Amino acid sequence: MSNIPQFLVHSPKDNVGVVVVEDLKAGTDMLGVITETNTTIRVTAKQDIPIGHKVALTELKEGDTVIKYGADVGRMVGSANTGEHVHIHNHRTKRW
Amino acid sequence: MAKPAAKKAAKSAPTATSLDNLSFWGWRRENGRVGVRNHVLILPLDDLSNSACEAVANNIKGTLAIPHAYGRLQFGADLDLHFRTLIGTGSNANVAAVVVIGIEDGWTDRVVQGIAKTGKPVVGFGIEGHGDIAIIAKASYKAKEFVQWASELKREQCSIDELWVSTKCGESDTTTGLGSCPTVGNMYDKLIPKGVTGVFGETSEITGGEHIARERAISKEIGDKWYKVWNAYQQEVIEANKVDDLSESQPTKGNIAGGLSSIEEKALGNLEKIGRECRYIDVLGPAEEPQKGNGLYYMDTSSAAAECVTLMAAGGWVVHTFPTGQGNVIGNPIVPVIKISANPKTLRTMGEHIDVDVTGILRREQTLDMAGDALIDMIIRTANGRLTAAEALGHREFSLTKLYRSA
Repeated sequence: MSNIPQFLVHSPKDNVGVVVVEDLKAGTDMLGVITETNTTIRVTAKQDIPIGHKVALTELKEGDTVIKYGADVGRMVGSANTGEHVHIHNHRTKRW
Repeated sequence: MAKPAAKKAAKSAPTATSLDNLSFWGWRRENGRVGVRNHVLILPLDDLSNSACEAVANNIKGTLAIPHAYGRLQFGADLDLHFRTLIGTGSNANVAAVVVIGIEDGWTDRVVQGIAKTGKPVVGFGIEGHGDIAIIAKASYKAKEFVQWASELKREQCSIDELWVSTKCGESDTTTGLGSCPTVGNMYDKLIPKGVTGVFGETSEITGGEHIARERAISKEIGDKWYKVWNAYQQEVIEANKVDDLSESQPTKGNIAGGLSSIEEKALGNLEKIGRECRYIDVLGPAEEPQKGNGLYYMDTSSAAAECVTLMAAGGWVVHTFPTGQGNVIGNPIVPVIKISANPKTLRTMGEHIDVDVTGILRREQTLDMAGDALIDMIIRTANGRLTAAEALGHREFSLTKLYRSA
Protein backbone atom coordinates (compact mmCIF):
# COMPACT_ATOMS: atom_id res chain seq x y z
CA MET A 1 0.00 0.00 0.00
CA SER A 2 1.24 3.44 -0.89
CA ASN A 3 2.80 5.60 1.82
CA ILE A 4 1.74 8.78 0.03
CA PRO A 5 -0.73 10.52 2.36
CA GLN A 6 -4.14 11.75 1.21
CA PHE A 7 -4.12 14.52 3.80
CA LEU A 8 -1.69 16.47 5.96
CA VAL A 9 -2.19 18.07 9.38
CA HIS A 10 0.08 20.85 10.68
CA SER A 11 -0.19 20.29 14.43
CA PRO A 12 -1.50 17.56 16.78
CA LYS A 13 -3.81 20.26 18.21
CA ASP A 14 -5.57 20.76 14.85
CA ASN A 15 -9.19 19.68 14.31
CA VAL A 16 -8.92 19.92 10.51
CA GLY A 17 -6.53 18.45 7.96
CA VAL A 18 -5.78 19.37 4.32
CA VAL A 19 -6.46 17.02 1.42
CA VAL A 20 -3.31 16.88 -0.72
CA VAL A 21 -4.37 14.59 -3.56
CA GLU A 22 -6.61 15.29 -6.54
CA ASP A 23 -9.99 13.61 -7.06
CA LEU A 24 -10.45 12.34 -3.51
CA LYS A 25 -13.72 10.38 -3.36
CA ALA A 26 -16.14 9.81 -0.49
CA GLY A 27 -15.49 6.49 1.20
CA THR A 28 -11.69 6.62 0.82
CA ASP A 29 -9.85 5.33 3.88
CA MET A 30 -7.35 8.19 4.05
CA LEU A 31 -3.82 8.12 5.39
CA GLY A 32 -2.89 11.39 7.10
CA VAL A 33 0.44 12.69 8.43
CA ILE A 34 0.78 15.24 11.22
CA THR A 35 3.82 17.12 9.92
CA GLU A 36 4.92 18.61 13.26
CA THR A 37 5.29 15.17 14.88
CA ASN A 38 5.59 13.00 11.73
CA THR A 39 2.88 10.69 13.06
CA THR A 40 0.16 9.07 10.98
CA ILE A 41 -3.61 8.94 11.43
CA ARG A 42 -6.47 7.49 9.39
CA VAL A 43 -9.82 9.10 8.62
CA THR A 44 -12.49 7.93 6.19
CA ALA A 45 -13.62 10.67 3.78
CA LYS A 46 -17.41 11.16 4.01
CA GLN A 47 -17.57 13.45 0.99
CA ASP A 48 -15.63 14.13 -2.22
CA ILE A 49 -13.12 16.81 -1.15
CA PRO A 50 -11.04 18.81 -3.67
CA ILE A 51 -7.26 19.03 -3.30
CA GLY A 52 -6.25 21.74 -0.83
CA HIS A 53 -9.59 21.73 0.96
CA LYS A 54 -10.04 20.90 4.62
CA VAL A 55 -11.43 17.76 6.18
CA ALA A 56 -12.86 17.61 9.74
CA LEU A 57 -10.80 15.35 12.01
CA THR A 58 -13.47 15.39 14.70
CA GLU A 59 -17.13 16.31 14.97
CA LEU A 60 -17.40 20.09 14.60
CA LYS A 61 -20.54 22.01 15.62
CA GLU A 62 -21.73 25.51 14.86
CA GLY A 63 -19.78 27.97 17.03
CA ASP A 64 -16.76 25.68 17.47
CA THR A 65 -13.32 27.18 16.88
CA VAL A 66 -11.44 25.71 13.92
CA ILE A 67 -7.83 24.92 14.87
CA LYS A 68 -5.09 24.75 12.23
CA TYR A 69 -1.32 25.34 12.71
CA GLY A 70 -2.29 24.75 16.37
CA ALA A 71 -4.03 28.15 16.27
CA ASP A 72 -7.49 29.71 16.01
CA VAL A 73 -8.39 30.16 12.32
CA GLY A 74 -12.06 31.12 12.71
CA ARG A 75 -15.41 29.64 13.71
CA MET A 76 -17.84 27.04 12.42
CA VAL A 77 -21.08 28.56 11.10
CA GLY A 78 -22.45 25.10 10.32
CA SER A 79 -21.51 21.60 11.37
CA ALA A 80 -19.21 18.92 9.97
CA ASN A 81 -18.84 15.31 11.03
CA THR A 82 -15.46 13.58 11.04
CA GLY A 83 -14.37 13.10 7.42
CA GLU A 84 -16.58 15.88 6.05
CA HIS A 85 -15.60 18.96 4.08
CA VAL A 86 -14.85 22.18 6.03
CA HIS A 87 -14.97 25.27 3.83
CA ILE A 88 -16.82 28.58 3.37
CA HIS A 89 -20.22 26.85 3.67
CA ASN A 90 -19.54 26.05 7.33
CA HIS A 91 -16.42 28.06 8.28
CA ARG A 92 -15.94 31.87 8.58
CA THR A 93 -13.42 34.36 9.94
CA LYS A 94 -13.76 35.74 13.46
CA ARG A 95 -12.25 38.99 12.18
CA TRP A 96 -13.57 41.91 10.18
CA MET B 1 10.30 23.29 -19.30
CA ALA B 2 10.04 24.36 -15.69
CA LYS B 3 9.47 20.91 -14.24
CA PRO B 4 12.68 19.16 -15.34
CA ALA B 5 14.65 22.29 -14.40
CA ALA B 6 13.18 22.18 -10.92
CA LYS B 7 14.03 18.49 -10.57
CA LYS B 8 17.57 19.13 -11.68
CA ALA B 9 17.75 21.93 -9.13
CA ALA B 10 16.83 19.54 -6.34
CA LYS B 11 19.65 17.17 -7.32
CA SER B 12 22.34 19.84 -7.50
CA ALA B 13 21.19 21.64 -4.36
CA PRO B 14 23.96 23.00 -2.13
CA THR B 15 24.97 21.01 0.91
CA ALA B 16 25.41 22.50 4.38
CA THR B 17 29.15 22.97 3.70
CA SER B 18 28.61 24.77 0.41
CA LEU B 19 26.31 27.20 2.25
CA ASP B 20 29.46 28.63 3.83
CA ASN B 21 30.98 29.68 0.52
CA LEU B 22 27.95 30.75 -1.48
CA SER B 23 28.62 33.41 -4.05
CA PHE B 24 27.04 34.77 -7.19
CA TRP B 25 28.00 36.86 -10.19
CA GLY B 26 26.53 40.35 -10.20
CA TRP B 27 27.08 43.88 -11.41
CA ARG B 28 28.58 46.20 -8.80
CA ARG B 29 27.09 49.67 -9.22
CA GLU B 30 28.64 53.07 -8.58
CA ASN B 31 27.29 53.15 -4.99
CA GLY B 32 28.66 49.69 -4.17
CA ARG B 33 25.33 47.86 -4.30
CA VAL B 34 25.19 44.67 -6.40
CA GLY B 35 22.55 43.91 -9.03
CA VAL B 36 21.77 40.68 -10.87
CA ARG B 37 20.23 42.26 -13.97
CA ASN B 38 21.56 45.07 -16.16
CA HIS B 39 18.51 47.01 -17.33
CA VAL B 40 18.47 50.41 -19.02
CA LEU B 41 15.12 51.84 -17.97
CA ILE B 42 12.93 54.30 -19.83
CA LEU B 43 10.95 55.56 -16.85
CA PRO B 44 7.79 57.66 -17.19
CA LEU B 45 7.19 60.25 -14.48
CA ASP B 46 3.47 60.10 -15.18
CA ASP B 47 0.79 58.30 -17.18
CA LEU B 48 0.96 60.94 -19.94
CA SER B 49 4.57 60.05 -20.71
CA ASN B 50 4.01 56.32 -21.21
CA SER B 51 3.68 56.65 -25.00
CA ALA B 52 6.97 58.49 -25.44
CA CYS B 53 8.76 55.99 -23.17
CA GLU B 54 7.38 53.03 -25.10
CA ALA B 55 8.41 54.67 -28.39
CA VAL B 56 11.99 55.13 -27.12
CA ALA B 57 12.15 51.51 -25.93
CA ASN B 58 10.88 50.44 -29.34
CA ASN B 59 13.59 52.51 -31.08
CA ILE B 60 16.47 51.35 -28.91
CA LYS B 61 16.74 47.58 -28.45
CA GLY B 62 17.73 46.30 -25.05
CA THR B 63 16.07 49.14 -23.16
CA LEU B 64 12.92 48.71 -21.14
CA ALA B 65 9.96 51.10 -20.74
CA ILE B 66 7.88 50.61 -17.61
CA PRO B 67 4.52 52.34 -18.15
CA HIS B 68 2.23 52.99 -15.16
CA ALA B 69 -1.04 54.71 -14.36
CA TYR B 70 -0.17 57.61 -12.04
CA GLY B 71 1.87 60.75 -11.38
CA ARG B 72 -0.56 63.62 -11.85
CA LEU B 73 -2.17 65.82 -9.16
CA GLN B 74 -0.96 63.65 -6.32
CA PHE B 75 -0.12 65.37 -3.03
CA GLY B 76 1.15 64.77 0.50
CA ALA B 77 2.13 61.26 1.57
CA ASP B 78 0.70 59.82 -1.66
CA LEU B 79 2.98 62.03 -3.77
CA ASP B 80 5.95 61.22 -1.54
CA LEU B 81 5.29 57.52 -2.11
CA HIS B 82 5.05 58.10 -5.88
CA PHE B 83 8.46 59.80 -5.96
CA ARG B 84 10.00 57.28 -3.55
CA THR B 85 8.81 54.37 -5.72
CA LEU B 86 10.03 55.87 -9.02
CA ILE B 87 13.38 56.99 -7.55
CA GLY B 88 13.80 53.64 -5.78
CA THR B 89 13.05 51.74 -8.98
CA GLY B 90 15.60 53.74 -10.94
CA SER B 91 18.12 53.41 -8.09
CA ASN B 92 17.75 49.61 -7.84
CA ALA B 93 21.06 47.86 -8.49
CA ASN B 94 19.43 45.74 -11.24
CA VAL B 95 19.28 48.99 -13.25
CA ALA B 96 22.43 50.24 -15.03
CA ALA B 97 21.10 53.57 -16.32
CA VAL B 98 17.82 55.49 -16.60
CA VAL B 99 16.10 57.85 -19.03
CA VAL B 100 13.20 59.66 -17.30
CA ILE B 101 10.45 61.27 -19.38
CA GLY B 102 7.71 63.45 -17.83
CA ILE B 103 5.10 65.87 -19.06
CA GLU B 104 7.01 68.80 -17.54
CA ASP B 105 10.56 69.45 -16.34
CA GLY B 106 10.05 70.14 -12.61
CA TRP B 107 8.90 66.80 -11.27
CA THR B 108 10.90 64.99 -13.97
CA ASP B 109 14.05 66.57 -12.57
CA ARG B 110 13.08 65.61 -9.03
CA VAL B 111 13.15 61.93 -10.08
CA VAL B 112 16.40 62.43 -12.02
CA GLN B 113 18.10 64.06 -9.00
CA GLY B 114 16.91 61.26 -6.72
CA ILE B 115 18.33 58.53 -8.95
CA ALA B 116 21.54 60.53 -9.57
CA LYS B 117 22.48 60.09 -5.88
CA THR B 118 23.45 56.49 -6.72
CA GLY B 119 26.03 57.78 -9.19
CA LYS B 120 24.53 55.88 -12.13
CA PRO B 121 23.90 57.57 -15.50
CA VAL B 122 20.46 59.22 -15.55
CA VAL B 123 18.91 61.93 -17.68
CA GLY B 124 15.44 63.49 -17.89
CA PHE B 125 13.27 65.01 -20.61
CA GLY B 126 10.08 67.11 -20.28
CA ILE B 127 7.58 66.90 -23.12
CA GLU B 128 5.85 70.32 -22.81
CA GLY B 129 7.21 72.89 -25.29
CA HIS B 130 8.69 70.18 -27.50
CA GLY B 131 6.11 67.49 -28.19
CA ASP B 132 6.41 63.73 -28.20
CA ILE B 133 8.30 63.39 -31.49
CA ALA B 134 11.20 65.71 -30.63
CA ILE B 135 11.51 64.25 -27.12
CA ILE B 136 11.40 60.68 -28.40
CA ALA B 137 14.28 61.54 -30.77
CA LYS B 138 16.39 63.22 -28.05
CA ALA B 139 15.69 60.51 -25.49
CA SER B 140 16.43 57.78 -28.06
CA TYR B 141 19.95 59.14 -28.70
CA LYS B 142 20.62 59.11 -24.95
CA ALA B 143 19.07 55.66 -24.48
CA LYS B 144 21.29 54.28 -27.27
CA GLU B 145 24.38 55.73 -25.58
CA PHE B 146 23.34 54.23 -22.21
CA VAL B 147 22.50 50.76 -23.52
CA GLN B 148 25.75 50.44 -25.44
CA TRP B 149 27.68 51.55 -22.36
CA ALA B 150 25.77 49.13 -20.12
CA SER B 151 26.31 46.24 -22.52
CA GLU B 152 30.04 46.35 -21.79
CA LEU B 153 29.71 46.28 -17.98
CA LYS B 154 31.06 43.04 -16.52
CA ARG B 155 29.69 40.80 -13.79
CA GLU B 156 31.98 40.12 -10.83
CA GLN B 157 31.93 37.41 -8.18
CA CYS B 158 30.14 38.62 -5.05
CA SER B 159 29.65 37.14 -1.62
CA ILE B 160 26.15 35.94 -0.67
CA ASP B 161 25.94 38.70 1.96
CA GLU B 162 25.63 41.22 -0.88
CA LEU B 163 22.41 39.64 -2.15
CA TRP B 164 19.02 41.10 -1.27
CA VAL B 165 16.16 38.58 -1.52
CA SER B 166 12.53 39.63 -0.97
CA THR B 167 9.41 37.50 -0.54
CA LYS B 168 5.67 37.73 -0.99
CA CYS B 169 3.24 34.93 -1.82
CA GLY B 170 0.18 35.04 -4.08
CA GLU B 171 -2.90 33.10 -5.12
CA SER B 172 -2.21 31.19 -1.94
CA ASP B 173 -4.01 28.05 -0.96
CA THR B 174 -3.51 25.49 1.77
CA THR B 175 -0.51 24.01 -0.10
CA THR B 176 1.40 27.30 0.24
CA GLY B 177 1.15 27.02 4.03
CA LEU B 178 2.24 23.36 3.88
CA GLY B 179 4.93 23.57 1.20
CA SER B 180 6.03 26.66 -0.71
CA CYS B 181 5.90 29.25 2.12
CA PRO B 182 7.87 27.12 4.60
CA THR B 183 10.36 26.46 1.77
CA VAL B 184 11.02 30.23 1.67
CA GLY B 185 11.18 30.19 5.49
CA ASN B 186 13.78 27.43 5.39
CA MET B 187 15.80 29.47 2.86
CA TYR B 188 15.70 32.58 5.09
CA ASP B 189 16.63 30.55 8.18
CA LYS B 190 19.74 29.43 6.25
CA LEU B 191 20.64 32.62 4.36
CA ILE B 192 19.82 35.45 6.81
CA PRO B 193 22.59 34.19 9.15
CA LYS B 194 24.90 34.27 6.08
CA GLY B 195 24.22 37.99 5.67
CA VAL B 196 21.48 38.02 3.06
CA THR B 197 19.13 41.02 3.36
CA GLY B 198 15.50 39.86 3.30
CA VAL B 199 12.07 41.47 3.46
CA PHE B 200 8.49 40.36 3.95
CA GLY B 201 5.33 42.48 4.05
CA GLU B 202 1.59 42.20 3.23
CA THR B 203 0.16 44.08 6.21
CA SER B 204 -3.49 43.09 5.65
CA GLU B 205 -2.68 39.41 5.26
CA ILE B 206 -1.11 39.08 8.68
CA THR B 207 -4.52 39.56 10.29
CA GLY B 208 -5.02 36.46 12.41
CA GLY B 209 -1.29 35.97 12.87
CA GLU B 210 -0.44 39.39 14.29
CA HIS B 211 0.58 37.90 17.67
CA ILE B 212 3.18 35.75 15.83
CA ALA B 213 4.45 38.61 13.64
CA ARG B 214 4.81 40.94 16.62
CA GLU B 215 6.82 38.35 18.55
CA ARG B 216 9.21 37.74 15.65
CA ALA B 217 10.71 41.23 15.95
CA ILE B 218 14.29 41.55 17.19
CA SER B 219 13.10 43.60 20.20
CA LYS B 220 9.93 44.70 21.93
CA GLU B 221 10.43 48.20 20.51
CA ILE B 222 10.48 46.93 16.90
CA GLY B 223 7.55 44.57 17.63
CA ASP B 224 5.55 47.53 18.93
CA LYS B 225 6.52 49.54 15.84
CA TRP B 226 5.22 46.68 13.69
CA TYR B 227 1.97 46.45 15.67
CA LYS B 228 1.35 50.16 15.24
CA VAL B 229 1.64 49.82 11.44
CA TRP B 230 -0.66 46.79 11.37
CA ASN B 231 -3.23 48.39 13.67
CA ALA B 232 -3.26 51.64 11.67
CA TYR B 233 -4.07 49.58 8.57
CA GLN B 234 -6.92 47.83 10.39
CA GLN B 235 -8.44 51.13 11.51
CA GLU B 236 -7.76 53.40 8.52
CA VAL B 237 -8.36 50.97 5.67
CA ILE B 238 -10.43 47.98 6.79
CA GLU B 239 -12.69 49.45 9.48
CA ALA B 240 -13.18 52.70 7.55
CA ASN B 241 -14.16 51.07 4.26
CA LYS B 242 -15.49 47.58 4.84
CA VAL B 243 -19.06 46.65 3.87
CA ASP B 244 -18.89 42.99 4.94
CA ASP B 245 -16.34 40.54 6.37
CA LEU B 246 -14.24 40.91 3.19
CA SER B 247 -14.93 37.33 2.15
CA GLU B 248 -13.96 36.99 -1.54
CA SER B 249 -11.49 39.92 -1.25
CA GLN B 250 -9.42 38.48 1.60
CA PRO B 251 -9.26 35.52 1.11
CA THR B 252 -9.56 35.98 -2.67
CA LYS B 253 -11.75 33.86 -4.94
CA GLY B 254 -8.59 32.00 -5.95
CA ASN B 255 -7.64 31.40 -2.32
CA ILE B 256 -11.12 30.04 -1.64
CA ALA B 257 -10.99 27.76 -4.69
CA GLY B 258 -7.73 26.46 -3.24
CA GLY B 259 -9.32 25.59 0.08
CA LEU B 260 -8.64 28.61 2.28
CA SER B 261 -11.75 29.86 4.09
CA SER B 262 -10.62 32.58 6.53
CA ILE B 263 -8.07 35.39 6.76
CA GLU B 264 -6.63 33.80 9.92
CA GLU B 265 -5.89 30.58 8.05
CA LYS B 266 -4.32 32.55 5.20
CA ALA B 267 -2.21 34.65 7.60
CA LEU B 268 -0.72 31.65 9.38
CA GLY B 269 0.30 30.12 6.04
CA ASN B 270 1.72 33.44 4.88
CA LEU B 271 3.92 33.78 7.98
CA GLU B 272 5.54 30.42 7.25
CA LYS B 273 7.71 32.47 4.84
CA ILE B 274 9.82 33.86 7.69
CA GLY B 275 10.88 30.47 8.92
CA ARG B 276 11.48 29.46 12.50
CA GLU B 277 14.61 31.32 13.57
CA CYS B 278 15.11 34.70 11.91
CA ARG B 279 13.90 37.94 13.47
CA TYR B 280 13.12 41.15 11.62
CA ILE B 281 15.32 44.06 12.60
CA ASP B 282 13.21 47.00 11.43
CA VAL B 283 9.84 48.05 10.02
CA LEU B 284 9.98 49.99 6.73
CA GLY B 285 7.41 52.23 5.10
CA PRO B 286 6.36 51.28 1.56
CA ALA B 287 9.29 51.51 -0.92
CA GLU B 288 11.60 52.64 1.89
CA GLU B 289 15.26 51.66 1.73
CA PRO B 290 16.54 49.83 4.84
CA GLN B 291 19.07 51.63 7.02
CA LYS B 292 20.09 49.02 9.60
CA GLY B 293 22.37 46.80 7.54
CA ASN B 294 22.02 43.12 6.66
CA GLY B 295 19.12 41.13 8.08
CA LEU B 296 15.40 40.56 7.70
CA TYR B 297 13.05 43.55 7.40
CA TYR B 298 9.30 44.08 7.40
CA MET B 299 7.85 46.47 4.80
CA ASP B 300 4.35 47.92 5.14
CA THR B 301 2.86 46.88 1.79
CA SER B 302 -0.36 46.00 0.09
CA SER B 303 -1.00 42.27 -0.21
CA ALA B 304 -1.65 42.62 -3.95
CA ALA B 305 1.22 40.83 -5.68
CA ALA B 306 2.38 43.36 -8.27
CA GLU B 307 2.10 46.33 -5.88
CA CYS B 308 4.05 44.52 -3.19
CA VAL B 309 6.89 43.36 -5.46
CA THR B 310 7.08 46.84 -7.01
CA LEU B 311 7.48 48.41 -3.54
CA MET B 312 10.13 45.88 -2.47
CA ALA B 313 12.06 46.45 -5.71
CA ALA B 314 11.92 50.19 -5.03
CA GLY B 315 13.33 49.50 -1.56
CA GLY B 316 16.37 47.94 -3.22
CA TRP B 317 15.70 44.18 -3.32
CA VAL B 318 17.09 42.47 -6.43
CA VAL B 319 15.70 38.90 -6.38
CA HIS B 320 12.17 37.95 -5.34
CA THR B 321 10.90 34.58 -4.08
CA PHE B 322 7.20 34.05 -4.72
CA PRO B 323 5.34 31.03 -3.33
CA THR B 324 2.06 30.32 -5.10
CA GLY B 325 -0.61 27.70 -4.71
CA GLN B 326 -3.25 28.31 -7.34
CA GLY B 327 -0.75 29.84 -9.79
CA ASN B 328 -0.21 33.59 -9.63
CA VAL B 329 1.66 34.49 -12.85
CA ILE B 330 3.23 37.78 -11.67
CA GLY B 331 6.60 39.14 -12.76
CA ASN B 332 8.39 42.46 -12.34
CA PRO B 333 10.19 44.54 -14.97
CA ILE B 334 13.48 44.85 -13.08
CA VAL B 335 13.51 42.05 -10.49
CA PRO B 336 13.49 38.33 -11.35
CA VAL B 337 10.53 36.71 -9.57
CA ILE B 338 11.16 33.05 -8.67
CA LYS B 339 7.92 31.04 -8.35
CA ILE B 340 7.70 28.14 -5.95
CA SER B 341 4.71 25.82 -5.82
CA ALA B 342 3.72 22.68 -3.92
CA ASN B 343 0.36 22.26 -5.65
CA PRO B 344 0.49 19.30 -8.06
CA LYS B 345 -2.59 20.50 -9.94
CA THR B 346 -0.92 23.88 -10.59
CA LEU B 347 2.28 22.16 -11.75
CA ARG B 348 0.23 19.94 -14.05
CA THR B 349 -2.03 22.63 -15.51
CA MET B 350 0.32 25.66 -15.64
CA GLY B 351 3.79 24.35 -14.86
CA GLU B 352 5.42 26.80 -17.27
CA HIS B 353 5.04 29.49 -14.59
CA ILE B 354 6.82 27.60 -11.82
CA ASP B 355 10.59 27.69 -11.23
CA VAL B 356 10.85 25.46 -8.16
CA ASP B 357 8.60 22.41 -7.85
CA VAL B 358 8.14 21.42 -4.19
CA THR B 359 5.15 19.11 -4.69
CA GLY B 360 7.33 16.37 -3.14
CA ILE B 361 6.64 17.97 0.26
CA LEU B 362 2.96 17.00 0.01
CA ARG B 363 3.86 13.43 -0.94
CA ARG B 364 6.32 13.36 2.00
CA GLU B 365 9.11 12.58 -0.49
CA GLN B 366 10.90 15.91 -0.03
CA THR B 367 11.78 17.44 3.34
CA LEU B 368 11.58 21.19 3.95
CA ASP B 369 15.35 21.14 4.26
CA MET B 370 15.69 19.66 0.74
CA ALA B 371 13.13 22.14 -0.62
CA GLY B 372 14.96 25.06 1.00
CA ASP B 373 18.24 23.91 -0.58
CA ALA B 374 16.56 23.62 -3.99
CA LEU B 375 15.31 27.20 -3.62
CA ILE B 376 18.75 28.47 -2.60
CA ASP B 377 20.19 26.77 -5.67
CA MET B 378 17.57 28.46 -7.87
CA ILE B 379 18.24 31.86 -6.25
CA ILE B 380 21.95 31.56 -7.08
CA ARG B 381 21.27 30.36 -10.64
CA THR B 382 18.78 33.20 -11.13
CA ALA B 383 21.22 35.75 -9.72
CA ASN B 384 23.84 34.39 -12.14
CA GLY B 385 21.55 35.08 -15.07
CA ARG B 386 19.06 32.23 -15.51
CA LEU B 387 15.79 33.75 -16.70
CA THR B 388 12.86 33.02 -14.41
CA ALA B 389 9.62 31.65 -15.82
CA ALA B 390 8.09 35.12 -15.41
CA GLU B 391 10.97 36.76 -17.30
CA ALA B 392 10.83 34.23 -20.13
CA LEU B 393 7.06 34.67 -20.38
CA GLY B 394 7.39 38.47 -20.46
CA HIS B 395 5.71 39.34 -17.16
CA ARG B 396 6.64 42.93 -16.26
CA GLU B 397 3.95 44.08 -13.86
CA PHE B 398 4.91 47.53 -12.53
CA SER B 399 2.09 48.60 -10.18
CA LEU B 400 2.32 51.74 -8.12
CA THR B 401 0.56 51.88 -4.76
CA LYS B 402 -1.80 54.83 -4.38
CA LEU B 403 -2.76 55.92 -0.88
CA TYR B 404 -5.79 58.09 -1.72
CA ARG B 405 -7.52 60.02 -4.53
CA SER B 406 -5.61 62.78 -6.30
CA ALA B 407 -6.34 66.49 -5.96
